Amino acid sequence: MLGFFTALPGAAAQGIIWGIMAIGVYITYRVLDLADLTVDGSIGTGGAVLVMCTIGGMDIRIAMVVAFLAGCLAGLMTGIFHTVFGIPAILSGILTQLALYSVNLRILGGKANQTLSVMKYDLIVSLRDIPNAIVIGLIFTACVIAVLYWFFGTEMGHSIRATGCNAAMARANGINTNSRKIIGLVLSNGIVALSGALLSQYQGFADVNMGRGAIVIGLAAVIIGEVIFGKIFKNFALRLAGVMFGGIIYYAVITLVLRLGLNANDLKLFSALVVALFLAVPYWKGKVLPKQVKTQKRGV
Amino acid sequence: MLEVKGVYKTFNQGTINEKVALNGINLTLNDGDFVTVIGGNGAGKSTLLNMITGVYPVDCGSIKIDGVDITKLPEHKRAKYFGRVFQDPMTGTAADMQIEENMALAARRGKPRTLNFGIKKSERNEYRELLARLGLGLEDRLTSKVGLLSGGQRQAITLLMATMQNPKLLLLDEHTAALDPQTASKVLNITEELVSEGKITTLMITHNMKDAIRLGNRLIMMDKGKIIYDISGEEKKKLKVSDLMDLFAKASNGEFANDRMLLG
Repeated sequence: MLGFFTALPGAAAQGIIWGIMAIGVYITYRVLDLADLTVDGSIGTGGAVLVMCTIGGMDIRIAMVVAFLAGCLAGLMTGIFHTVFGIPAILSGILTQLALYSVNLRILGGKANQTLSVMKYDLIVSLRDIPNAIVIGLIFTACVIAVLYWFFGTEMGHSIRATGCNAAMARANGINTNSRKIIGLVLSNGIVALSGALLSQYQGFADVNMGRGAIVIGLAAVIIGEVIFGKIFKNFALRLAGVMFGGIIYYAVITLVLRLGLNANDLKLFSALVVALFLAVPYWKGKVLPKQVKTQKRGV
Repeated sequence: MLEVKGVYKTFNQGTINEKVALNGINLTLNDGDFVTVIGGNGAGKSTLLNMITGVYPVDCGSIKIDGVDITKLPEHKRAKYFGRVFQDPMTGTAADMQIEENMALAARRGKPRTLNFGIKKSERNEYRELLARLGLGLEDRLTSKVGLLSGGQRQAITLLMATMQNPKLLLLDEHTAALDPQTASKVLNITEELVSEGKITTLMITHNMKDAIRLGNRLIMMDKGKIIYDISGEEKKKLKVSDLMDLFAKASNGEFANDRMLLG
């Protein structure tokens, strides 16, 4: 059990970094009401771009920006598949994800993985210094949340939220719902790639498979955050913070079950079942518990 | 101001479900007209509105508003001309957004969406005054989610949103049909007030013949995708429900006169 507690800071650091990705997932899954599977590829794109740019001698901060933009491009591709080609969103994401496997291999110079040593390069986060990684991760999360909070309060942000909430209403009010979906997908995947860029520094390498199952982890963080903090976190910024906490809790649970003897090979099976369970909770709640009848009488 | 010329629309063309929804519609509205539209189920009333607003493309024909041909414009680009209220109270507003956010979205219809704040402080006071006029107590609930409101409250807000920019044309698609009678009459009163105050040209579909006669200066009856009756001015004022029933009977051999029409 002691082992579990000593492993907790590492789980927190990982949870925070994956939490940033989950915030990206929140934009598509909750704000736009699209299930975007692009993230399995775009998180790897972010990692690969950062590693190759850094190895190539680029300043790490600029490399982060380039990684963000690469993720934006991935989101743009999905957005075009969805709105211009008329492909359902979930399939558009799968297509981009598949395409990104090849793209990520090319970025990584044809290799399945590339290492990025913290000894050789001046990295922002690394698992060699977990407390620092937690602090930096929290600062990044706070910045991402602050920017999103501002953005979704602007006229443009309002129009994106309206698109996700009620597309017919949005169009009736002169909003181009296709362009809003694209903007949302671009922004979401940019943030996901940023998370991938942090992750590759943290683990010290980028791998072509690093994003496999990322969407499941993202959804897990979103849903755990909502189930646990949904009642108290109503404000948009707090809800995004709840998503990050969801990521931390997810990694704490994973660490725990590994310590309890779960075979690491079974981890993805376990993750899938956990997410399925959490997704089922709101549905079962609605079915089993009789709907509370509102006694308050409403006028017009 | 609105000119619909030779508009045809067939759904599911060439399949077993083929349905001619509009069969050569010609309609011209004058500035300030308040037109009520009646007709049986499947007469093409809603399709006509959807053609005007661009929800679906027309098969052929043209639609002009103030001389501007909008036939080929996508829905969001022609939205600036129209205020719309739908039959389903859920359709006109974004449930997960606040009352003031919904109104701010409507206030920016036809304008570019920038990175300025979505609602200005001055707007809030304006919205509070508009809401106060509804007499529904909504002026103190600017930041409530619209999803928490009743159908009638949502229709009333949608009406405000549709008229706040003085649209060239207000399109009402049976907007009181899903409400209980008391609420329906309240929403209808608000409609009359807003329309007469802004002198807004209005096209209102209704299933209620009394309303169709009482409201507006012109009445149109549709059947099988065609306008079969168009009456205005003094002649309309003299119209009785029984006259309309006779017309319906003539047009469709009695099929049309269902209970809903008689009770309405």
